[in-house]
Amino acid sequence: MKIDRRSFLAFSVGGAAGTALSPLPWKLTDDSSIWSQRWPWVPIPADGGIGHVRSTCTLCPGGCGITVRKIDDRPVKIEGQEGHPISQGGVCLLGTAGLQFLYGPSRVRTPLKRTGDRGQGRWTQISWEAALNETAEKLNTLRADGHPQGLACMAGTDHGTLPALLKRFMTVYGSPNFIGPASAKEAQEAALRAMAGVDGTVGFEVEKADFILSFGSGLLDGWGSPVRMFETFSNRQDRKTLVVQIDSRLSNTAAKSDRWVPINPGTEGNLALGIAHHIISESFYNTGFVDNFSGGFDSFKQKVLSDFSPAKVADITGVPADIISELALKFATAHRPLAICGRGRGNAPGALSETMAVLALNALVGNLNADGGIRMLPTPNYISWPDPEMDQIASEGITQPRMDGAGSEQYIYARSLPNRFFQQIEAGQSQVPEILLVTDTNPLFTLRDTKAVKAALDQVPFIVSFSSFMDETAQQADLILPDHIFLERFQDVSAPAGFTRPFIGLTRPVVAPQYNTRHLGDVIIALGGQLEGMIGKAFGWENYLACLKDTLGGKWEGMIEKGFWMDDHFAFPSWDTMFTTATGRFEFNGEKVAADPWNATAAAEGDSSTFPLILVPYDSIRLASGSIGNPPFMMKIVADTVLVKNDIFVQINPETAREYQLSDRQLAILTTPKGEVTVRIHLFEGIMPGLVAMPTGLGHTAFDDFLAGKGVNVNELIGPLEDAASGFDAAWGIRAKLAKA
Amino acid sequence: MVIDLDKCTGCGTCMVACMAENNVPFREDETDKRLSITWMKVYKLTNGKPYPDAEICYLPRPCQHCEGHHTGHSPCVSVCPATATDYDGETGIVSQIYTRCFGCRYCMGACPYHARYFNWWDPVWPGDMEKYLSPNVSPRMRGVVEKCSFCFHRYQLALEKAIMEGRDQLEEQEYQTSCTQACPAGAITFGDLNNPEHKVHQLAQPDPHHHGRPRNPEVFRLLERLHTNPKIYYLSTREWVRRAGDNYVKDESKSAHHE
Repeated sequence: MKIDRRSFLAFSVGGAAGTALSPLPWKLTDDSSIWSQRWPWVPIPADGGIGHVRSTCTLCPGGCGITVRKIDDRPVKIEGQEGHPISQGGVCLLGTAGLQFLYGPSRVRTPLKRTGDRGQGRWTQISWEAALNETAEKLNTLRADGHPQGLACMAGTDHGTLPALLKRFMTVYGSPNFIGPASAKEAQEAALRAMAGVDGTVGFEVEKADFILSFGSGLLDGWGSPVRMFETFSNRQDRKTLVVQIDSRLSNTAAKSDRWVPINPGTEGNLALGIAHHIISESFYNTGFVDNFSGGFDSFKQKVLSDFSPAKVADITGVPADIISELALKFATAHRPLAICGRGRGNAPGALSETMAVLALNALVGNLNADGGIRMLPTPNYISWPDPEMDQIASEGITQPRMDGAGSEQYIYARSLPNRFFQQIEAGQSQVPEILLVTDTNPLFTLRDTKAVKAALDQVPFIVSFSSFMDETAQQADLILPDHIFLERFQDVSAPAGFTRPFIGLTRPVVAPQYNTRHLGDVIIALGGQLEGMIGKAFGWENYLACLKDTLGGKWEGMIEKGFWMDDHFAFPSWDTMFTTATGRFEFNGEKVAADPWNATAAAEGDSSTFPLILVPYDSIRLASGSIGNPPFMMKIVADTVLVKNDIFVQINPETAREYQLSDRQLAILTTPKGEVTVRIHLFEGIMPGLVAMPTGLGHTAFDDFLAGKGVNVNELIGPLEDAASGFDAAWGIRAKLAKA
Repeated sequence: MVIDLDKCTGCGTCMVACMAENNVPFREDETDKRLSITWMKVYKLTNGKPYPDAEICYLPRPCQHCEGHHTGHSPCVSVCPATATDYDGETGIVSQIYTRCFGCRYCMGACPYHARYFNWWDPVWPGDMEKYLSPNVSPRMRGVVEKCSFCFHRYQLALEKAIMEGRDQLEEQEYQTSCTQACPAGAITFGDLNNPEHKVHQLAQPDPHHHGRPRNPEVFRLLERLHTNPKIYYLSTREWVRRAGDNYVKDESKSAHHE
């Protein structure tokens, strides 16, 4: 057959038309998807029966209730818990991403012993028996040398049975050096002890207040119990509650408040006293409270009237005098006013005077233990174990001075001073601990001046970490005895940050331990049994669960059922009985504060000619800045104005940028007296000219590839400032300079 | 869906809750936001005024589930050559069938809201993270487009339950998306826009004669003038925020979108 041009064309066109009309192209598109997509490595999640377990989240001090959805044995999602007194069914992003911690690559899966140099990351896996034996041997030797106070223990929380077990262990061992946290929460507790004589926690009744004056507290940036704050904030319109945010930066909290009052950073305490000045001089204060139930008012009044006049405070804070008087008027005349303190998320305690000033302001309007005011909650008293028997080594060791100086005459109101602990070691001012136990805290990342903390850690001969994750501090350890994470263990969560009723949440295992880890409580009890002397006798429980059940007693059954215990009808004492100072009154100046509490605010470190700018850290709810870092889901939602590749952005005002000839997204060198880093510039109209703001929570060097090496840890650039009245870290920023890279 | 921008705090819990619910993958570097898969994405808007008059507003953006000017004429649905995405007249949800998508990405070009994302890589769950994957949503593979489904699997589960109980209608609370449920500020309301009993209908007051345009003057939709007829309504008491929802020439009258 001859193929001419005509028949060829006819055949081609006919063929094309035929193919187009046939199902072939559609079949091919469908098939091509099938061929190119059915890869064996794309997982097909196993199906199964749906179940739910109620527990309590411990990823922050908020104490939220969670419900974990499971498919057979696998937890697949963390959600809120309806009807929970704190979180009311809500959940935050960190809690939601919690399962990534459970299965993540940064978990320590078995006890590890260091083989390389510190921080080199070379480990050998050892058995629990070997790990416990080695720890017990070191502890026995130190004690046999008659030097039990050479043991120090750092913990992430002060409340609950786990810290109580640790403290008991330290006591019977003979060491006073249990170093708990020192955050805004502890500063509030210190102020409460100083002014009211009450040993307890401070609750802020935001749900009932109708005028909230926030002194830089990041109510929407992770302060207190974040979910509770989100909920209160968003439904405040229904209650006609006004929120005024005092902040040097347009934080998310400032952006959502009814009013943002910009202020020079670090001067919030001065503003509180400026407002107090107006309230006192105009006699707006609650005379019923001040005249009958307070002490030291006259000297407080004199101090405030002479040193904190609106004109002077306006000069320091940058808040105009008329706004100060206006805020004072609104605060004093509100039906249920509430002043809140703790900068940002409240990770740093700040100077005691700042917290005292805000507490004094609340006292002036008479809102102590009033509806919508400050609630003073006694320390939860359910942990009442018999006093342990002490041998002579222990009795002598325990009377030695603490390495951090907390509780001494000078720092009488501080319980723990972790910053000072390391600063003293680094400066050669205190004895170096011979054994350091670290649990639930990551000082090498979270404390100011990380270089100094590292230098101090380098001097400690033996470090044992109980971390579930390979964090910065665990990397420096000699032994890691990994704990279960909160989804695998029982734990009591008491005194959640800022909550206003006696409350204990129950954390319970939602899944069997995934790796070769052990409950810290069981490890302490086991370790106690392995030590010489009377130590084992102090732990008369078979295991931690038995201890917890025994401790909670009659509350246990209800907690298993409901997931928490709460004293709904707690009767707050009235003004005539609530203060347990020597006078039985609220002491405006504090009872035994060693240094004048009303001294001027701590100035930022560094001289202004070399360092014309001021670096301030800022907290963001999208960046976890505590002992654990961001899980991958949270890294995913960090904005590209905060982090691009591994470059961190600092916020500056366009006016500052013009002055230093910097443009948006440009690389720049940021220098402070503590160090120098490369950053990128983000121009932000919501920040005061002259400031440089850097997010907290980035710059990890440990954990996994999803977090490590990204950005800069702001704590490398800021040093601590010791508050004379308390020993707390009073630093809120540091002087800095910026130059083109 | 109605999102109250006065309540949204920009925390991002909706984004994380969405990822956790829908088996969304992640990578070591997620800072190139064009490549970062976020079915729900929270944008930050600023009013452009200098310090201290600057204001911020956050705007969460899921898939807008556009109906188009006539049913099914959604920008993405109308361009898909593989029928991998479709508009369901019953639920008003724009679906995405991953195994039918062959990755031409026309839909991504057509979507005016950048709500669609392409899987440039095979998903990898490090450590033992595969164990937390939910069986309700199939993990996607390299080479397909994905987007918000209004948690369609939750609709299916709720409907199954209702049918088992002999009902053919869902209660308002029976079917809620993961982001709605998770938002700690209660900024998101979800329900049936056509049902006057539902809160979303009462908030948005959609006008059936004008392609669902909101009759509540404080409610707007994104890029209203494209007539995509989206199903996400935004509520804000702030004029500058409402104007940010569409493109305006400088001197255009403020109420232009209510022409």
